[in-house]
Amino acid sequence: MVRWSRFNIASIVFGFAFLYLPIVLLVIFSFNESKLVTVWAGFSTKWYVQLFHNQALLDAAWVTVRVGLISATIATVLGTLAALAMTRYTRFRGRMLFSGMIYAPLVMPEVITGLSLLLLFVAIGFDRGFWTLTLAHITFTMCFVAVVVQSRLLSFDRSIEEAAMDLGATPVATFLQVTLPVIAPAVFSGWVLAFTLSLDDLVISNFTSGPGATTLPMRIYSQVRLGVTPEINAVCTILIGIVALGVLIASVVSRRRELQRVKDEQAAFAH
Amino acid sequence: MTKLGSALFNRLVIIIPYAWLTIFFLAPFFIVLRISLSETAIAMPPYLPAFNFADGISGIGEKIGQFSFANYVFLAGDALYMNAYISSLKIAVISTVVCLLIAYPVAYGMAKAPSTIRPTLLMLVILPFWTSFLIRVYAWIAILKPEGLLNQLLMTLGLIDEPLIILNTNWAIYIGIVYSYLPFMVLPIYSSLEKMDLSLTEAAQDLGCTPIRAFWRITFPLSMPGVIAGCMLVFIPAVGEFVIPDLLGGSETLMIGKTLWNEFNANRDWPVSAAVATILLLILVVPIMFFQHAQAKADGEGR
Repeated sequence: MVRWSRFNIASIVFGFAFLYLPIVLLVIFSFNESKLVTVWAGFSTKWYVQLFHNQALLDAAWVTVRVGLISATIATVLGTLAALAMTRYTRFRGRMLFSGMIYAPLVMPEVITGLSLLLLFVAIGFDRGFWTLTLAHITFTMCFVAVVVQSRLLSFDRSIEEAAMDLGATPVATFLQVTLPVIAPAVFSGWVLAFTLSLDDLVISNFTSGPGATTLPMRIYSQVRLGVTPEINAVCTILIGIVALGVLIASVVSRRRELQRVKDEQAAFAH
Repeated sequence: MTKLGSALFNRLVIIIPYAWLTIFFLAPFFIVLRISLSETAIAMPPYLPAFNFADGISGIGEKIGQFSFANYVFLAGDALYMNAYISSLKIAVISTVVCLLIAYPVAYGMAKAPSTIRPTLLMLVILPFWTSFLIRVYAWIAILKPEGLLNQLLMTLGLIDEPLIILNTNWAIYIGIVYSYLPFMVLPIYSSLEKMDLSLTEAAQDLGCTPIRAFWRITFPLSMPGVIAGCMLVFIPAVGEFVIPDLLGGSETLMIGKTLWNEFNANRDWPVSAAVATILLLILVVPIMFFQHAQAKADGEGR
């Protein structure tokens, strides 16, 4: 048997310390009494209290949440369709281009995506604001959803779909009643991923947004440029908390689904 | 009816996302190209159209003769832009290599971990990926500042007498890129190592191969698909990175993403920024196609 050597453990510990230490320090200093984020001066929650009196920040948070909810939902629908198209129809005209358009946005530098979308909106005379922001977010997040759902579809047993079709179910009914329930956890994680990506985005938002549609990362960025303050640490801590909670819920849901599926299968075989 | 409905459903599944991506992802590149070939104007939008769609096909043909390559000539003639491209590529290559050196042992350790704790480890690698990029870069400012936490620690330990100047130098950019992109490198390497048949290395060792030799002859070559995917996932976005050079880098830092941003937001020179973006895209087109090819192959194997 291959052993888990001391070297393996040491590299994991080092790797995770590197990944988590900066975030832990950021969270700790959000509770700092002093205005400095480098010298500890006692515990305080005053920066959190102050946040709730910062109207500009609250407005930005509200815009961010609305954009996130709308864009993640539409991106999930489009991304799931794209994943179906990629896995089910291996041969159609322009498939190469299609898969290119799914994968390229995953690595495309954000400055290029942002600039090109902005120039599109200007060319068709679409005023920049809430809706251009939402359209941009749908476009770059749907590809992440497509990749997540696609990996689930690839391990999907298609014989149960065929069985449903043989029994006279229409393709739409088969999709809604057979396929969707099985891939639901992946679709849900796709949604959560799209939502958090939308919540976090700065560069694409900055290009495609207009007056009155400032998002939280845009607000944080303009404050960071003026200097590092515990108040920003506090906003960041809240955002990290929301994302961590979302990921936790998503993983619990998918694990429970998985257990349920295993149980169902065992029950089916027992008969 | 069923047959017709089925055909319609199949069509729509392809057409809807296809049309969306064509309009919002592909078409904009042609607009960028078009604007990069037009002249700067002091107006809103600040460019003179290279051609109007209203002119029709003949109009386009007529205008092609009038395309202005002035922006490209300007870029080629200005050392600032050339240096920015070269230094972005250099920074991206070095960061990718460092990232690989750190990520490989982590991914290897994860793949060899007991299967009961593997899901937890995987979750811990994925979690930072879901946390804001901006926040994770911001966290480093407080650490790297001259009076920051790293210098405080090193001075308390007596390792240094004067604070190290790291923030606002290229060192900070390397740290920022390696840190931010590390999960992108760990995940594909881990997934290719995890799929690997461990009995292969055991067989090699039974036949008298040393563990180190077995690693280089068997494990590493078999993990190549993951290594390549990871390198592309780090290298391509790192070339055009904006947030990291802007927040951690100094005034002497030249990276093309930052140059493009400034050209667009501060100088409001849209045609020049469109030309900068076009050249950046041309540089990245080969790595992107390479990445897409590797991904498509990896997905094909899953079938």
